[in-house]
Amino acid sequence: MSQASGKSAGKSFLGRFGIHIAVFFFVAVWTIPTLGILVSSLRDKDQIIASGWWNSFAGSVQTENGRLPPASAQQEKDGKFVIEGNLFEQPGGREISAFGTRAVAPTEFPAGAVAELKDGVTLRVNADGGFVLASPVAFEGDRGQRVYYAATTPPRFTTENYQSVLFSEGIGRSFINSLTVTIPATVIPIMIAAFAAYALAWMRFPGRALIIAVIIGLLVVPLQMALIPLLQLYNGVGAFFGVPSKTYLGIWLAHTGFGLPFAIYLLRSYMAGLPRELMESARIDGASDFEIFIKIVLPLSFPVLASFAIFQFLWVWNDLLVAMVFLGSSADQLVLTGRLNALLGSRGGDWEILTTSAFVTIIVPLIVFFSLQRYFVRGLLAGSVKGG
Amino acid sequence: MADLTLRNVKKAYGNLYTLHGIDLDIQSGEFIVFVGPSGCGKSTLLRTIAGLEEITSGELKIAGEVVNDVPPSKRGIAMVFQSYALYPHMTVYDNMAFSMRIARESKAEIDKRVRNAAEILQLTKMLDRLPKAMSGGQRQRVAIGRAIVRNPKVFLFDEPLSNLDAALRVATRIEIAKLKESMPNTTMIYVTHDQVEAMTLADRIVVLKEGRIEQVGSPMELYKHPGNLFVAQFIGSPAMNILPATLSKPGMPTEVDVFGRKIAVPVSTSGASAGSTISFGVRPEDLSLAGGDNVLFEGAIDYIEQLGEVQLVYVDIGRPNEPIVAKLPGNASVQRGSTIRLSADAGDLHIFDDNGLSFARPREEAKAA
Repeated sequence: MSQASGKSAGKSFLGRFGIHIAVFFFVAVWTIPTLGILVSSLRDKDQIIASGWWNSFAGSVQTENGRLPPASAQQEKDGKFVIEGNLFEQPGGREISAFGTRAVAPTEFPAGAVAELKDGVTLRVNADGGFVLASPVAFEGDRGQRVYYAATTPPRFTTENYQSVLFSEGIGRSFINSLTVTIPATVIPIMIAAFAAYALAWMRFPGRALIIAVIIGLLVVPLQMALIPLLQLYNGVGAFFGVPSKTYLGIWLAHTGFGLPFAIYLLRSYMAGLPRELMESARIDGASDFEIFIKIVLPLSFPVLASFAIFQFLWVWNDLLVAMVFLGSSADQLVLTGRLNALLGSRGGDWEILTTSAFVTIIVPLIVFFSLQRYFVRGLLAGSVKGG
Repeated sequence: MADLTLRNVKKAYGNLYTLHGIDLDIQSGEFIVFVGPSGCGKSTLLRTIAGLEEITSGELKIAGEVVNDVPPSKRGIAMVFQSYALYPHMTVYDNMAFSMRIARESKAEIDKRVRNAAEILQLTKMLDRLPKAMSGGQRQRVAIGRAIVRNPKVFLFDEPLSNLDAALRVATRIEIAKLKESMPNTTMIYVTHDQVEAMTLADRIVVLKEGRIEQVGSPMELYKHPGNLFVAQFIGSPAMNILPATLSKPGMPTEVDVFGRKIAVPVSTSGASAGSTISFGVRPEDLSLAGGDNVLFEGAIDYIEQLGEVQLVYVDIGRPNEPIVAKLPGNASVQRGSTIRLSADAGDLHIFDDNGLSFARPREEAKAA
């Protein structure tokens, strides 16, 4: 951190200003949609339709209608027949900005104005919902006067969306399915790759360079190319052992296979950069390769293990393709991305469902990233060698 | 007990030999220093002894046992690396206990030996610290402590002081010397390119050049009787003045012709032919201002480096751009540009034949016999 600021301090004011603007821009581009999804997912579903999330704290204006009490509620006052009351059951919470009596012009009169209706009837609706309907002749009939009004509603935040999404839309189940896929699909490749990376970095054996070359070559093989042959192979082997074709084990193995080249490559580069003297010192101290790996290399490689874990976790969590091929679409196997995809089709207009589901989906990657991100920056090597 | 014997040890990377047949006998309890310029193979030789590099051919014995194929941990050695190579994620205590834990020693034994080593090296208060919270000198002491707890027959040091600053280097050098005194039966092999460390620490110095041993001997032997031109110039600072000369009269004493000046050198050159080209050498510190007419060199002072205690005087004796250097007392009154006359004791003069080998002095001949 101090290094970075030291560097930028050497640059011109304009350069620093440019950097700050760029940083601010990227932060804004990344944060604002996330914030929008979070805010929307917490709003009342009627308010989502009425206004955008950036207006959510201002309250929304909704046009509603109501009917005034029938003629039986009239009273005679000063020679006029008057019906008084309040449009709201609980006055004070909401505010009327305008009203009208015709559906074509629901906000014809501002609140507090006196509207002249036909036959000398006047109607006044105050901002607090109180109304006075006055007429020179007595009211008749069982149906009261219809009134339209635009009422501002105070913002309403709720966790109802989360309840409905998690428990009745199947997102909760899919969340667990996604975790079931992701956690083993992250841990298994790390365990395999760490051993492989140590061997390829520090053990001498014939063909080592060739194996490294092959692994780096595998980095560029597109996943789509290998997907279907891999499924056929898996099904063939599975049939031989009597294992069904779509299982969690299958997708773990698939993700492990697709993640391994990158994992080995990343871990090997890091481990090869550890000081040679450490290994030699441990060897003189009597440690075997296995002990060197477990007691020295593995603890020192924690930052790179963490950063690979982030990569692999995010990639598996966000994966839709491999999951669709290797897992079924029944409720106990459908992962979050698949469920989101299905919801887009069936509940495409229900923003409260979609935003909430989206936020449930990104919450785990956010937690993973923020809890492990310091390992991207921090080096554990300080103090082992001079200047380290 | 822990004699070390190397017989024709060679080390090759592919076809490239870095050690060309090293023969060396090291007695138990000796402090041996390998010294030489960079790339001379001194570190390779040390790593070969440690077992970190395989021996291409030849034989290495520790305590009478051939250890060519014995893994490092079974050779009874401990090594201190230039970069300390401390395990950065372990405390000082764990660093020192590591080897014993690998060997599955009892907890009480580990604790006893770690505390003992910490006591010797004054690390007792720092046992819980991580290496990154320590200074360079402290880390170096931990590295030495890690070697001590293994109770090795042979200590190997690979340029252990070169990462320390000048003041700390002197202090640690003295500590290592004291450490050696406290463990008289332990053999120590120490690699350095710093001749001050070599001179101050060694019982015997091994001078290496391009994968070959140039000379083995005690520090004073190397200083007084360098076996060849390379050793003569490598040991001593500033380096010995070497001048081309002709052998005008072989025999004992020898008469040589240096820039037209006939000089008698009390070294036997019987067998050499008169008129052959030789090299004549004299150390800067052996030169002094000539009082009488016994003058070795005469010339104008080209440049003076005043160091306080001494001053290095560069004297132009007629060879362009190759002045000779004299180390004169700091208070000697000399002036740049003035002519100076220098003389030296006949016993401090060296002559080398056209292969760069030293003509043996009488004393040495007696020793060799």
